[in-house]
Amino acid sequence: MTIPIRLTLNGHSQDIVLDDPRITLLDLLRERLDLTGAKKGCDRGQCGACTVIVDGRRINACLALAASLDGADILTIEGLAEGDALHPVQQAFLNHDGFQCGFCTPGQIMSAVGLIREGQAGTDPERIREGMSGNLCRCGAYAGILEAVREAALAPGRSEDAA
Amino acid sequence: MNLFEYTRATSLGEAVAAAQKPGAAYLAGGTNLLDLMKGGIAAPAHLVDITRLPGLSAIERLPDGGTRIGALVRNSDLANDPDFAETYPMVAEALLSGASAQLRNAATAGGNLLQRTRCEYFYDPASPCNKRAPGAGCAAIGAATRIHAVQGWSEHCIATNPSDFCVPLAALSAIVEIAGPQGSRTVPLTAFHCLPGAQPERETALGAGELITALVLPPEAAAFARNARYLKVRDRTSYAFAVVSAAAALTLDAGRIVEGRLALGGIALKPWRVAEAEAALAGRRPTPETYAAAARLALAGAEPTGAANAFKVELARRVAARALALAAAGTPARMPALPASPFGLA
Amino acid sequence: MSATSVPGGAERIRQGSSIGQPLTRRDGPLKVTGRARFAADHLPPGTLHAALCVARIAKGRVTGLDLAAAEAHPGVVAVMTPGNAPKLARHPDQKDGPFVFRLDLLQDSAVRYANQPVAVVIAETLEAATEGARLLAPRYEAESPRIGLDAGTVFTPPAIGVGEPPEEGRGDVEAGLGAAARTVAATYETAAQYHNAMEPHAAVAVWDGDRLTLHTPSQGMAMAQGRLAGLFGIRPEDIHIESPYLGGGFGSKGMVSGPQVLACMAARLVGRPVKLVATRAQMYGPMGHRAPTRQTLRLGADPDGKLTALDHHTLTASSAFDDFFEPSGGVSLTLYASPAIAVRHEAVRLDTGTPLFMRAPGEASGSVALESAVDELAQACGLDPLAFRLANYAEVEPISGRPFSSKALRECYRQGAERFGWAGRPLQPRQMRDADGLLVGWGMGTATFPALMFEGNARAELRADGTGTVELGAHDMGQGAWTALAQIAADGLGIPLERLTFRMGASNLPNAGIAGGSGHTATAGGAIHAAGLDIIGQLADLATNDAASPLYGAGNAGVEARGGRLYRRDDESRSERFEEILARAGRASLSGQGKASADPAAQKAYAMHAHGAVFAEVKVDPDLGQMRVTRLVGAFAAGRIINPRLVTSQYYGGMIWGVSFALHEHAAMDPRTGRFLNDNLAAYHVPVNADTPAMEAILVHEDDAVVNALGVKGVGEIGITGTTGAIANAVWHATGIRVREFPITLDKLLG
Repeated sequence: MTIPIRLTLNGHSQDIVLDDPRITLLDLLRERLDLTGAKKGCDRGQCGACTVIVDGRRINACLALAASLDGADILTIEGLAEGDALHPVQQAFLNHDGFQCGFCTPGQIMSAVGLIREGQAGTDPERIREGMSGNLCRCGAYAGILEAVREAALAPGRSEDAA
Repeated sequence: MNLFEYTRATSLGEAVAAAQKPGAAYLAGGTNLLDLMKGGIAAPAHLVDITRLPGLSAIERLPDGGTRIGALVRNSDLANDPDFAETYPMVAEALLSGASAQLRNAATAGGNLLQRTRCEYFYDPASPCNKRAPGAGCAAIGAATRIHAVQGWSEHCIATNPSDFCVPLAALSAIVEIAGPQGSRTVPLTAFHCLPGAQPERETALGAGELITALVLPPEAAAFARNARYLKVRDRTSYAFAVVSAAAALTLDAGRIVEGRLALGGIALKPWRVAEAEAALAGRRPTPETYAAAARLALAGAEPTGAANAFKVELARRVAARALALAAAGTPARMPALPASPFGLA
Repeated sequence: MSATSVPGGAERIRQGSSIGQPLTRRDGPLKVTGRARFAADHLPPGTLHAALCVARIAKGRVTGLDLAAAEAHPGVVAVMTPGNAPKLARHPDQKDGPFVFRLDLLQDSAVRYANQPVAVVIAETLEAATEGARLLAPRYEAESPRIGLDAGTVFTPPAIGVGEPPEEGRGDVEAGLGAAARTVAATYETAAQYHNAMEPHAAVAVWDGDRLTLHTPSQGMAMAQGRLAGLFGIRPEDIHIESPYLGGGFGSKGMVSGPQVLACMAARLVGRPVKLVATRAQMYGPMGHRAPTRQTLRLGADPDGKLTALDHHTLTASSAFDDFFEPSGGVSLTLYASPAIAVRHEAVRLDTGTPLFMRAPGEASGSVALESAVDELAQACGLDPLAFRLANYAEVEPISGRPFSSKALRECYRQGAERFGWAGRPLQPRQMRDADGLLVGWGMGTATFPALMFEGNARAELRADGTGTVELGAHDMGQGAWTALAQIAADGLGIPLERLTFRMGASNLPNAGIAGGSGHTATAGGAIHAAGLDIIGQLADLATNDAASPLYGAGNAGVEARGGRLYRRDDESRSERFEEILARAGRASLSGQGKASADPAAQKAYAMHAHGAVFAEVKVDPDLGQMRVTRLVGAFAAGRIINPRLVTSQYYGGMIWGVSFALHEHAAMDPRTGRFLNDNLAAYHVPVNADTPAMEAILVHEDDAVVNALGVKGVGEIGITGTTGAIANAVWHATGIRVREFPITLDKLLG
């Protein structure tokens, strides 16, 4: 059984034929499209390392069936920077050492982009901590992550953030 | 994950028809179903994708003052809908205390009602489980686990329902709208989930091929807007299931409780609502003694399944009493930074 | 000892300007854009996917597999079982050196622990491999497993940790206890914990004849080469390991694990590249863990609160088939002055995977017991916990009487206490509440970790255009080796970072030693430093012997290298650019080698440890028991600080592990089956962002001319020590309830 879908992937429309209905968005990105930024830390929606933005909302790519996403607009970590210009969230993670090993980082950053778009947390540390709690970081870079999100929340908006 | 046939339904009729195939399951947010499939707990032969069904994604205020929540409304959209959150604050608070932002963005209202227990043995295909394989036995009985029930369990199953959302919905007497091969019907939420009894494999009121189309909050549910809280005790500050939780809602007049609602989570296979406990609130002054009395009644007959979860009986009493006190103190003007947490309540 | 708190003032090793700078991570841009390729991000052409089928019993044997069902699944290419697994040159239970752990590599049908691999399914797609593994549905002959510290026969292991004696002591503990004015005897239990690095153990294996290329995260590439070479009967140099980035290791990637070897075997079996990534659940078993402990401490103090005796007994567990014994008592040998100390370790054998090093192995579990007991004794003596610790400050290492190479612990206590606002803390518990009525408690703990060094090598090159290269097989598991080691390298060559090419993370580079024991910066950095010295020495020879050089004849005065120039040490006005020196000498480049290892004479003469003091504030709901750490201040002295930004992050990470140890981590098993109840990240809790308190890490200045050439002690593990005890002590201070079974969960505080 093959399932044709069309995705807008980091701004580009792409026709994809799924050769297996079981393929998750995460495995589609990582194993078939060479977009390996999103990481698989648990594959069960328990760690957040696979966070991507689908139709403007951050979700766990490991618990989304690719077949069900026909027509979706997907933003991954690879689509965040504009050329060499880092997205404000990426730059803020660098500035505040918001990571150590870097494995959970793409998920953290996409989650932070989603959080800022949701507009519920502002720069309130406690609301940011709560809003970022779906992304585990075993290295314990949470303090830097908090500061990074606070800084990025104050940064001027980027074009795609308005979407 | 087993191989399955995938169908994307474009209408309710098409979905219900497709679900007549043996081994069919509906797929909406997928946050629980895909997890179960990856764990080998669920193995549907046919997945009917209902995420594109029209008309199931709206939050509507009904002419009678009630609210209809489409089954496909995402948890986050519901919780962050300003009108909904203002009218039913403890429902929003419960939703926002559940899972993570990512999961709430994917999970649907209907799916939330259908999430399966987090019993460790249910999740382990190598362990006998009467839910998965009726008659196989229950490996949880005799185990030293904290998750298991203190109310409503049976010798066949001691699991609990993990939903936060369902607890305030039960307290507010929500109605579940169901569609299926035989047409549409409604079931009160308090009757939607089944206690295990002798048939733990029967988990909800849904019949074969039926699906949830909406949840309806009746007109009187809006009366509690100013005094309603959800309180959830957990083992970490966020992204954790409840050890015990409570939804409490009051209407107050002239220093007395007019009507009280109280439901508990984490202690049974369904949201635990006790009429006697609520009756003990009506007409009383909103005092710690009143809350304690209601909490005692809510836990009447409670019995732990072992030493490991014995603490939950007393904890549940305290959570219930605290939730009532918080409700009496008034719904906060803004959602707390840590929803439903004992920390930073203001 | 001076007391600068933030180490901008760290004295420079040579005249370079990189060391001590708070540079952002040099690998950061790749990591924030998703372009850093971790092992599982590789997919060479023609790669097949492999999935493990693991045992769902803890003891017994596999009697059957449904091979037909798995092989019939569309896309499945092969099923690797004991029946067809490639023959190994050496049985994986055979030990041929230190740090060799027994592996389960499909050599027979025996099952020694739950989640042990019993077959591997190889398929065209990940989906097919995963389902194929499920379809194998093993049948078993199961035996009753031994699970839990009460399940086995207690014995004294021949050695604990990395070969330390199981029993050590001095003085007469019983006499000391008998003479004490106050005593405390208490038993503390710590749970089994699993490393749970965010990156699962992944391996992408590609064979070319008898040469193997392996993308896999490793904290010790050279050891992995050696292990794999022994198993496959090939030369270590024919194994190429790429491990530029580890998604966390914490000890679990120190030794190559069974599933990583199985990937290589599977690739050999099918003759194609194979990618195998363990699932999260499959990491609970074959990748090691921190063993559970039951520690009984008996302490006595005289009327002034000075220790008269310290007795620390540990019961821990190893697997039924291999040895690793958590050395919890070690901290009691070095931390507090006591005329009598006895440390003993005993163990049982359980039907679990073999325990392993896990961030601060021994120190973490031992510290929480010791710091709790010390707090209990301070309370019994009516003394403030800080005053009590100061009264028992060890001026020399208690067990050996050796002087410390450096020890700024007093300064850590002072600065930490001041920043935290410790003064005025009520002695009695349950005295403080916040505005919301939550109980507030303050606790403290002493942090300690030995300054270890292994053996490492590096090579360097300086070219005629003034650029340089430094390379070695170092590992970055998040501590920041890509940055800190490059800083050392730039200073070692006396060039700015922009002119440095720095390579690491591959096994064809000089062996830089294992990244563990908080010793990697000292070891790899020391090797880099030595390689730089080699080159600068050659350069100085060229210049000082060249009459055309302004440095001619500097001879005994010596030279310094910085900013790409060599300066005469006694006359800064005389200097020359590297390019000029090399051009005149007609040299295109200079090559250097460096080696570093611990100095045995110094080790004999001195005790070498990093120290720290951690102060914690917790809030506890008085009725519901739910708790939260709201503030942590740690002050640490760990020698020279190469990069304060990265070091601060290491301390924060360690302190969050302290939160995790105190309040969250607990691997639960069903003793009836030996299977895990929480081999997943939903139920095995580690802290989330909302569990993170306001944190401060103070970098206390400490000079150490003895510990190694760079004066660095290591910062990766010390943060977890001290913190766990500080939190436990704060919970007691908040509630009056002394929880001695970790983690401290809310049910234990309901009263």
